[in-house]
Amino acid sequence: MQLDLSVPAELMIALLPEIVLTVGILFLVLWSAWRPASAAHQRQVGILSLAVSVITLGVVIWCAVRSNSAGPGPLAVDGFRWATDVILLIGAICTIAMSLDYQEREGITAPEGHVLVLLSLVGMMLIAGARDLVVAFLGIEIMSVAVYVLTGLNRRSPRSAEGSLKYFLLGAFSTAFLLYGITLVYGATGTTEFAGIAAQTGRSAVLASPLFRLGMGLLVVGFGFKVAAVPFHMWAPDAYEGAPTPITGFMAASVKAAAFAGFLRLFIEGFPAALAEWHLALWWLAAVTMVAGNVIALAQRNMKRMLAYSSIAHAGYILIAVAIGAKTGVDVGVTGSSAFVVYLFAYTLSTMGAFAVVTVLAGPGEPYLDMRDYSGLWTVRPGITLAMSVFMFALLGFPVFGGIGFFAKWYMLQAALRGGAEPQVLLAFTLVFTSVLSAGYYLYVVTLMFVAARNEEIPVPDHPRRFTGGVIVAMAILILFFGFAPSQVLRTANRSMLYPTQVVPVAEPTVEPVAAATRQSMPRR
Amino acid sequence: MREFLFSVGYDRWILPTLLFLPAIGALLTWFHGIYEYRAGHVGRSYEGFARWLPFSIFIVEFVLSLGLWWAYDPSGAVFQLTSTWDWIPDWGVHMSLGIDGISLFLVMMVTFLLPIAVLSGWTSIDRAVHSYHALFLVLTTGMLGVFMARDLIMFYFFWELVLVPMYLIIGVWGGPRRLYAATKFFLYTFLGSLFMLVAILYIGFMVGDAMYAAGLTPTDRPNFLFENAMAYFTPSGTEAFWLFLAFFAAFAVKVPLIPFHTWLPDAHVEAPTEGSVDLAAILLKMGTYGFIRITLPLFPGVVLHSWVGKVVIVLGVVGIIYTALIALVQEDWKKLVAYSSVSHMGFAILGIFTVTTVGLQGAMMVQLAHGLSSAALFLMIGMLYERRHTRMLSDFGGLARVMPLYAGFLMIATLSSIGVPGTFGFVGEFLTLMGGFGPVPMLTVVATTGVILSAGYMLWSVQRIIFNPLDKAENKRLPDVNWREAGMLIPICAMIIWIGIYPAPLLRRMEPSLSRLVEQVHGVPTSAAVSRVREAR
Repeated sequence: MQLDLSVPAELMIALLPEIVLTVGILFLVLWSAWRPASAAHQRQVGILSLAVSVITLGVVIWCAVRSNSAGPGPLAVDGFRWATDVILLIGAICTIAMSLDYQEREGITAPEGHVLVLLSLVGMMLIAGARDLVVAFLGIEIMSVAVYVLTGLNRRSPRSAEGSLKYFLLGAFSTAFLLYGITLVYGATGTTEFAGIAAQTGRSAVLASPLFRLGMGLLVVGFGFKVAAVPFHMWAPDAYEGAPTPITGFMAASVKAAAFAGFLRLFIEGFPAALAEWHLALWWLAAVTMVAGNVIALAQRNMKRMLAYSSIAHAGYILIAVAIGAKTGVDVGVTGSSAFVVYLFAYTLSTMGAFAVVTVLAGPGEPYLDMRDYSGLWTVRPGITLAMSVFMFALLGFPVFGGIGFFAKWYMLQAALRGGAEPQVLLAFTLVFTSVLSAGYYLYVVTLMFVAARNEEIPVPDHPRRFTGGVIVAMAILILFFGFAPSQVLRTANRSMLYPTQVVPVAEPTVEPVAAATRQSMPRR
Repeated sequence: MREFLFSVGYDRWILPTLLFLPAIGALLTWFHGIYEYRAGHVGRSYEGFARWLPFSIFIVEFVLSLGLWWAYDPSGAVFQLTSTWDWIPDWGVHMSLGIDGISLFLVMMVTFLLPIAVLSGWTSIDRAVHSYHALFLVLTTGMLGVFMARDLIMFYFFWELVLVPMYLIIGVWGGPRRLYAATKFFLYTFLGSLFMLVAILYIGFMVGDAMYAAGLTPTDRPNFLFENAMAYFTPSGTEAFWLFLAFFAAFAVKVPLIPFHTWLPDAHVEAPTEGSVDLAAILLKMGTYGFIRITLPLFPGVVLHSWVGKVVIVLGVVGIIYTALIALVQEDWKKLVAYSSVSHMGFAILGIFTVTTVGLQGAMMVQLAHGLSSAALFLMIGMLYERRHTRMLSDFGGLARVMPLYAGFLMIATLSSIGVPGTFGFVGEFLTLMGGFGPVPMLTVVATTGVILSAGYMLWSVQRIIFNPLDKAENKRLPDVNWREAGMLIPICAMIIWIGIYPAPLLRRMEPSLSRLVEQVHGVPTSAAVSRVREAR
């Protein structure tokens, strides 16, 4: 069904998941403030939040099955949006489940943590569906403000406060970049809708205008901050380290995923004609992020910092999907956007699983975050060790044991070689080479867990609590299952690719008679 | 026999069964381990299942694989007993299995050696027995898969499947420097194989494009089947060279060729006995198998190029001499045998890159012979280590007096390793050198000195272990091989002698596939190719 977004009823259908989620959030906000904060209340709100997100997941899947499409307007109704929504919801469900146990263990009775996760989820889902710079900006801000608060959720921890403040300041900074970029692009094109921008870029005067180029550059910087691409990554390790561990997982997986979804859609639907202008910048951004993220991660000994830098490295891999540009032509088998969907799916599963394990092993008060504290874990907690090995191998992109993680990396390789305007052999090579580097730290964790001797001074970690254990088991099983039967994921990703807006070159209005005369005398191409 | 086997559908189910039976066994073993762990059952009395189930699975595998001897049609040159299922149809990845004269004996060697190898850890492995054996079962699936795969992606998958179990086996049950050895092993192999992955993708796309252009497929999808790659893969000179290098990176590390061999002594020395046996007898062959299966037919232009093929042969020959010299001065017996492995694999490389039927037959025989003799040697090193907890040659001497049976087995394995006529080792080295004299006479002469050097280091080490005076008090009371150990060594030594005397059945089954391969590489029938090479000289 083709939805006409100017009709309110049909706009409601297009926004159905967000509306359902928002209604749930409003109810939960009231509910969480209604009773005095207590551990039981926190747990109740958490379970209700889980229910709301599961319902939203159902609505998203219903929307995806209906497979509506939308006419021109600020919202996209397409497979890409639903696929991204599902991935974001998986991330949010895992986060809430982990925080439930985490808050209980740490004695944080604030029930609003769960609601804030849902609130940022609304923002993320808006970004995934935004076809308008203003809507995208709105989504980014809803998401970011909620996550700033979440980072500082543990009010008793000075590191949490430090991370939160750093994140807030640099987030505000990057917002300024984004907003300035949006302004300049609007100034150059006269519109904030992606389709309108793309149509305007058919005029060579717009493409060549410094206003437009500077605007694009600022947008790259702004999104670069949000996805933590090198050199705009400095906030990430501190914020990740300071935040409560489940929230760190949320930031590393979902926040990044949402920002990337907006990034990708803007550059494929908004700036396809300007590929020549932005391609090189993003190419370097991807290459530098892959190399620097992996190299710095090699030196980390704190699990949270290591995973933070590894998420920076993964931002580099995902940036390949953006940097290669949209594929043009009849045969679209592999594209950056479908590789992006598979990669995000695998990355979210393995990151969430890894952070769940880190949460469990850190212990009450989180004193055991050093990698060496994991030494000999296999002798005392074999189940967690096996699950963690699966997550590490999945992040590494190793076949068989890494399950879907391998196919994600493979798809990205295919996209680099085949999916873009032209084959990016050097990016593919960088991906492969840095993957070997990343074995240095992922494998180190596995090695410590299996091979090294257990430090007897460290108490045996508790068994994971119910929800966290559920997340660990579910993620490991999903990773392995889709590793053996990836066809369905790949097909879904293929159906949810983004199509670049067709840009028709616009004849320039005649400004100067001399120029017009010159042009007429030239043969038409 | 053949009729009976085909009447029970042997040709259809044998390869998948051989391949997946160990994987299923691994899961069963692991589940049992989890059950015992949860029930709090710790100790030897609860480990019977974990020892007997893998052993029975390996025995079943061996018995089942015996049928291959009859079911395989000796005159056929192409893949036989094939089976194919779709796995990821969207990407053109199929689960395609099949064996030909090249892989037949490697598969049979795997199934032959594994029940023997698993016995070696029967008493010495005493912690996490379930996981240990489960990992070996997974490893078996990987090793068999590499030799059975008919699809480049499957090949890559099984290639990597081998890596993690071996890494954990070395890392968890290995010697004192196991952490270093395991990590080095993993990183070396992983680096090489990722380059192979990129090359495989590239080839798959090219083949898919070519098939689409030829109107054979409705959509432009990558295709990874070996046969299609042989038929539709037509790279330009430069492309072929870079792709060759990518595969070379993976295979050269695995073989290992000098200068990529440094992981091997560490891994061998630190691995438990069973790990060393699998590593030396089977894992190294994956590299040479890759050269024969993929590099030769896909990049004939590069292999026959005036200097590229020569460079590889030179690396192989330098490896023969250099590692033989290193082996001469080793004090650690296990390290000595490890270096001798590199030396022997150099002969296989020499045979492969001469690209003659005789040379390739020699290379195959060297691989099999080295598989058996190195397995026997590593098993015997393990037995002695269990008795004395040392591997230093200077700690032994005169063992023939207290362990006469042991000394007898050791002599057979040593003579085969040296390549004395009448043993398996001789067949391989003789054919390799014969194949080499035509195309590269000077290098072959140099390689021949490697045989002399191997006689030097092997005989010297044997002398220091079993012959010199029995002057150490600890050595005077060593018990001879027990029934379990004899049961491990008798089959291997019997095979070494039997094939050494009568290798014709093996050679006959290899010949059609290998001569077809040589024809593919040269692009003309074999005899003409050989004469053309001679004329060119």
